[in-house]
Amino acid sequence: MGKYIGKRIISMIPVLLGVSLIIFTILSFIPGDPARMILGDEAEEEAVQELRDDMGLNDPFVIRYVRYVKDLLKGDMGVSYVTNQPVSDEVFSRYPTTITLATVSTLVAVLIAIPIGILSAIYQNTLIDNVSRVVAMIGVSMPNFWQGLLNILVFSVYLKWLPSSGFSSPAHWVLPALTIGTSGAAAIMRTTRSSMLETIRQDYIRTARAKGASETTVIWKHALRNALIPVMTVVGLRFGGSLGGSVVSEQVFSIPGLGKLMIDSINNRNYPVILGGVLLIAFAYGIINLVVDILYAFIDPRIKSQYSSGKKLKKHEGKGE
Amino acid sequence: METATAKRNSQAKETMRRFLKNKAAVVGLIIIILLTLGAVFANVITPYAFDKQDLVHRFELPSASHLLGTDEFGRDMLTRILYGARISLFVGILSVSVGCLVGGALGALAAYYGGKIDNYIMRFLDIWHSIPSLLLAISLASAMGPGIGNAIIAIGLTTIPSYARVVRASVMTVKNTEYIEAARCLGANAPRIILRHIIPNALAPIIVQASLGVAGAIITTASLSFIGLGVQPPTPEWGSMLSKGRQYIRNYWHLVTFPGMFIMITVISLNLLGDGLRDALDPRLKR
Repeated sequence: MGKYIGKRIISMIPVLLGVSLIIFTILSFIPGDPARMILGDEAEEEAVQELRDDMGLNDPFVIRYVRYVKDLLKGDMGVSYVTNQPVSDEVFSRYPTTITLATVSTLVAVLIAIPIGILSAIYQNTLIDNVSRVVAMIGVSMPNFWQGLLNILVFSVYLKWLPSSGFSSPAHWVLPALTIGTSGAAAIMRTTRSSMLETIRQDYIRTARAKGASETTVIWKHALRNALIPVMTVVGLRFGGSLGGSVVSEQVFSIPGLGKLMIDSINNRNYPVILGGVLLIAFAYGIINLVVDILYAFIDPRIKSQYSSGKKLKKHEGKGE
Repeated sequence: METATAKRNSQAKETMRRFLKNKAAVVGLIIIILLTLGAVFANVITPYAFDKQDLVHRFELPSASHLLGTDEFGRDMLTRILYGARISLFVGILSVSVGCLVGGALGALAAYYGGKIDNYIMRFLDIWHSIPSLLLAISLASAMGPGIGNAIIAIGLTTIPSYARVVRASVMTVKNTEYIEAARCLGANAPRIILRHIIPNALAPIIVQASLGVAGAIITTASLSFIGLGVQPPTPEWGSMLSKGRQYIRNYWHLVTFPGMFIMITVISLNLLGDGLRDALDPRLKR
């Protein structure tokens, strides 16, 4: 198991390097000059050129990239053009907000989706099932930011129950978490339902019923545990995704998280912060995928035995999706 | 030859029959057709121009003369939404085409040649995929500058990996069949085999992925212009209408309600259509 985890973490290095190269390349095409951005429109052309030299912006692409990677390997993500603070400080100071938001909203999603998904599968094709499927369909089809706007409209403009922007107290968390959570819930509910439907038709469920286990035991002990694996994948993906900062939702609710930092940085041509942020996001995503894969082993002993015999290693080297 | 056409006809008919039996999918299709007609004939349907300002009638609530009310410049909301449908459908369909073509080509090459080429292409796509797609779209869109064309390319490029995977999987399943071997024996070259023999037989999952992809692309387009990238004012676009409406959310509910409702209806219809197509084209895939 330890060997497997080590191998997976090492296999993330080329991915992160690739990500940094792609983003670095895209950024170098963004029009607008960071030096000009820092000095303002009135600055002399000479001063701008001097600053460009200082910042190393006049060096060829390859040299700039290699220098970036070298610094990165030393743990130095550069300095923000806007605040002159190290990028790592800048990014990590925003990260707790984003992590809180991701955790709370994933929790909301799971608490809504899994019970409804189970009910929907047990009572397939009844009223409960149909209603929840329609609601889930609507849920996946609503743009996240529009749902956010509607939540603001209802809960803070009309009912005046909750604040509409900021993230300073748990009351501020409710609307964003509800917004991001319910859209995630739709996907999780659909997976729970179809996975549960598949599981309750298995022979061992019939066996469990035949030996006289109560319906509750059958569903909760026998079916749910086996149906949970695909659900966990979806939950993991959603959580990993929202760790990347819900770019648009953070914009809607003016939450000072990673997503908002990224948008601001793109607008300011603040390249080091964009690069650092994207790398952190890709890293977090990789770690979440790894954690999900490890959790499989705890739920399903069959997978655990595969790890110890090493069979699964080859298959999972990629992104494990 | 004759039997081949006869068989194809009956297969098409069978697919059609299965599709028509799925009421939700048919409703989705009808809504999409209506919306497309509304978008195409927007200038005929509505008496207003999308950019005509009417400062006397600003912020009007829905009424008989303005069915969905007016915005901060007194422009008719319904008119702007219909013109917005043009943008959304256009960007949605074209960006999916971009993703399909680039991703499909990469996937087909990877599967057909296999080995090292397959490995390189798929590793690259894995890396590409590990960048959050909206963030990638935002970076691409800001690198290429504002404008519809650039938004289409940016959104299309972010979806490459999913099409590449679908096409790769389909090509892999058909490439070792006997009729491909036969074509190769007859001396057909690789592009011909891929385009004429493999792709048509692997089309079903691609169509399904594409119809669901348009829905995703419409949401991405709206998100991009909500942030202020992509389609620029005064062109009416659903996302930028919502972003404008957000400023007036405290006083006027209709500005943030209707454009989003249209996004939702379009996306639901496309999702229903996609699900229906999947079930009709390949009953084995049915959940």
